[in-house]
Amino acid sequence: MKEEDLGHRVTQHHGESAQSTTYKFGMVIDLDKCTGCGACMVACMAENNIPFRKDDINDKLVHNYWMRVYKITNGLPFPDNEVCYIPRPCMHCEGSGHHHNTPCLSVCPATVVDYDPETGIVSQIYTRCFGCRYCMAACPYHVRVFNWWDPKWPEGMEKYLSPDVSPRMRGVVEKCSFCYHRFQRAKDKAYAEERAELREEEYQTACTQACPAGAITFGDLQNPEHEVYSLKKSPNAFRLLEHLGTNPKVYYTSSRSWVQKAADVYMGSQGKGVTHP
Amino acid sequence: MKLDRRAFIEILVGAGLGAGAGITFSPLPWKLTDDISIWTQNWPWVPVPEDGRVSHASTICQACPGNCGITVRKVKDRAVKIEGTDGYPVNDGGICPLGAAGLQLLYGPWRVPGPVRRVGKRGAGKWEQISWDQAISEVVSRLSALRNQNKPETVTCLASSDRGTVAQLFARFMTAYGSPNFIGGVSADDTSRIAMSLAQGERASVGFDLENAGFILSFGSGIIEGWGSPVRSIQAYGKWRSHNGNGGPTLVQIEPRMSNTAAKADKWYPVKPGTEAALALGLAHVIIKESLYDTGFVQSASSDFSEWREMVLDRYAPEDVSRTTGVSAKEITKLARSFAKAERPLAVWGRGKGTAPGSLYECMAILSLNALVGNMNQSGGIWVKSDDNDMGWPRIPQDVVAENGLSKARLDGAGTDAYPLAKYRPDALPKVINEKPDVVQALLVHDADPYYTLLDSNEVAKAFEQIPFIVSFSSYFNDTAAHADLILPNHNYLERWEDVPSPASLARPVFGLAKPAISPQFATRYAADTVMTIAKKLGGAVSDAFPWKDYPSLLKQTLGENWGALKKSGYMEQRPERPGRFAFYSKFQEPIELQGSSYVYPLTMIPVELIRLADRTVGNPPFCTKSLEETELKGGDLFVQVNPKTCFDYGLADGKHALLETPKGKAKVLVHASEGIMPGVVGIPKGLGHTGYDDYLAGKGVNANMFLGVVDDPISGLPATWGIRARMVSV
Repeated sequence: MKEEDLGHRVTQHHGESAQSTTYKFGMVIDLDKCTGCGACMVACMAENNIPFRKDDINDKLVHNYWMRVYKITNGLPFPDNEVCYIPRPCMHCEGSGHHHNTPCLSVCPATVVDYDPETGIVSQIYTRCFGCRYCMAACPYHVRVFNWWDPKWPEGMEKYLSPDVSPRMRGVVEKCSFCYHRFQRAKDKAYAEERAELREEEYQTACTQACPAGAITFGDLQNPEHEVYSLKKSPNAFRLLEHLGTNPKVYYTSSRSWVQKAADVYMGSQGKGVTHP
Repeated sequence: MKLDRRAFIEILVGAGLGAGAGITFSPLPWKLTDDISIWTQNWPWVPVPEDGRVSHASTICQACPGNCGITVRKVKDRAVKIEGTDGYPVNDGGICPLGAAGLQLLYGPWRVPGPVRRVGKRGAGKWEQISWDQAISEVVSRLSALRNQNKPETVTCLASSDRGTVAQLFARFMTAYGSPNFIGGVSADDTSRIAMSLAQGERASVGFDLENAGFILSFGSGIIEGWGSPVRSIQAYGKWRSHNGNGGPTLVQIEPRMSNTAAKADKWYPVKPGTEAALALGLAHVIIKESLYDTGFVQSASSDFSEWREMVLDRYAPEDVSRTTGVSAKEITKLARSFAKAERPLAVWGRGKGTAPGSLYECMAILSLNALVGNMNQSGGIWVKSDDNDMGWPRIPQDVVAENGLSKARLDGAGTDAYPLAKYRPDALPKVINEKPDVVQALLVHDADPYYTLLDSNEVAKAFEQIPFIVSFSSYFNDTAAHADLILPNHNYLERWEDVPSPASLARPVFGLAKPAISPQFATRYAADTVMTIAKKLGGAVSDAFPWKDYPSLLKQTLGENWGALKKSGYMEQRPERPGRFAFYSKFQEPIELQGSSYVYPLTMIPVELIRLADRTVGNPPFCTKSLEETELKGGDLFVQVNPKTCFDYGLADGKHALLETPKGKAKVLVHASEGIMPGVVGIPKGLGHTGYDDYLAGKGVNANMFLGVVDDPISGLPATWGIRARMVSV
């Protein structure tokens, strides 16, 4: 399923004279380059005040990750076995139509989930969330996590918490925001410099910035000057579970066909032979 | 009565409505709603991080020997994030998981808050805080007593390296005090240095021009898993893969286990573990036989080629090598041809992260492959760099006691007739102490965690018990500090000035200057200042050896004319040396044998190094431990990787416990059945099983070093341990 390509940015007029540019931020992750080092995960945890616990390694089901690197294999025996790492942020699904059918958004009973028409970013308003976790059930990518515990940092460690991202309380759902605070920061700067539009390098997510392999590229998917615009058109590009029609804004590229097939793992025979260790 | 369909449904609906009404009018829903709101609204502690002026401070990361440029984002006086410094020649903006988690090291509960003295039993974690004066005078009284008894050589100092001003100050202190026992750490870089000294008569470190190489043949090096300078190596890999699957350099990995590097390589050859040297020389055999080598280089810039050629042709025919390695003769020939015919071929050594020194013969074999293709100091090849560590400091005055002490033999035997090439042999120390318990009366530990990192942990623990006085200078309660009597904590790397000599693996050396990004968070002091204060209090010639006011002024003076530029930019690029004449080393050596009988221990255990798991002097911070795979650590238990075939042969079950036993130790582990490892081989991750730090790390998994013994390399004298025989039974 190919998303509708506008080919250029749209400049809209809001209210009286305030002018703002609309973007469609997205990511292209090169799985040939990704080494599975985990720098994106740690950079994300450090950027977004993500809590951790002493027994954080007991059960991955209840872990708090916004960016998680999955490891998949082709399921073949030694020595034909191959593995591929798949970094998985929030897909910021666009869905389709004017109201979007972003899976998490459409099920939220508390209007916690917001689709920002200015950026295409799906965000979470924590204080509204009462923890029903419908959104977690609706998300086909398992990007949403629930705070089962009070966020607690060992004494002294709360010093490194960033004021740009509010720490979440127990009982709410959270997820990757494409480092929305960085967008706000960049926008403030542009505003101060009387620019309407952000430059590509001005707004980059923490994982993109950290990745030592240069596997993650972030930018405006509609802007032909941004790298993601051409990268997503690669014949090796695909999205996860495209057949669901979620229209995600995260693209992957891989030259390996079994990896491409694994991306739509529920599609019957195409996904055969692919296991998740 | 016959119940028809309609009645059945009516009864069902009726019962449903009744139950619904019942529940509605019962207190249950209200109780539930109440509980939900308690659950969701009861937030006894949610911190609100204080906002403030934002600033950035750049310095050098010293969490591993990679030494990336990092920028600390600060809000007022708090450090809130570490990012890679754009444009820094080592890592240009990139960062690794350990570096990104650096603030957890800075602010963590594992920081030593100030000088502390042990009050409980060793390792019990009971400490009392004392003043710096008390701490220093305690060390001074111990050390001067030993000096008065004319036994200065019984003081030993362990450090992770001897490079840079701080390590050199410790070495200088030991010399002035009168002990020959300053013992630095060893790694694959040291084996490379010895290899270069054999090849060209002079110690030199080896850099690898990964960025420009056209064909990379890696003998088990975890190029994307923390090898060399980790971010820089991954960045080079990213550049190789910038061709969208078409063209670009070829990466070939030789390793018994499918590491991440093997998984991402263009071709992976699973060789029988420990046969890498044979494979390298088998490739050399084909290259020589088919005259594919660089005759220009071999004729004009090398020596001893004909003897070496004879040895290689005689002993390493592809058919023979095939039997040793498990790689077919046809594949060996094919690989040799593609390596030799490739543009800018480069053979890389140092298994895993290059933490273990490994076999010198293997290192020489791979180095010779590079010489054969003539890539020494060529773009995309091996670069030779001087190993100069001269600080330009005044001569060390020595009194009679010092002269006497220095005339004694080194405890680790390095530099003696038995091990003439080795500079330090830290792994040999525990055995020496256990055989003669009074040889070490006091141990000083700077920037190292020998209790954790030395091989054969049980022997190490026993040796530590024999030492009457242990002083640690660590910033953290690491395993060694946890077993010390006194801790005189150094500033954390984000809090201090320090020169950072170039990481060895870089082709173009980068000398860095670390600057304090944040003011000291605890009552810590420069370890260098502490050691100078101790020297001054000891008086006499020991004091005279330290004419400096304090460490920052010493650093400024030592860096001399470069100080200004370094302070401004934070780094200085250095020039590589001209390589000397390359002598091929033709003394044949049998492969390093594993400890243990294969009858009792039918499996081969090899250590595995993971990039998300720090296994050197710094413990893994919580973020990195959290990011481990669920097939690496679960709860308190570590997974070892074995092939499903091995599981079948030995009755092991995936995800279940088993007892892993080697001649050196045994412990309970979890089994991870994986097709990514050769049958008969057990892969055990390094970096877990700490006793120090905090519950975030301590007590999780087992230390791989407890299973491993020390096997000396017959030429270098460094530990050539690459594995050990093992057995596993399901429990």
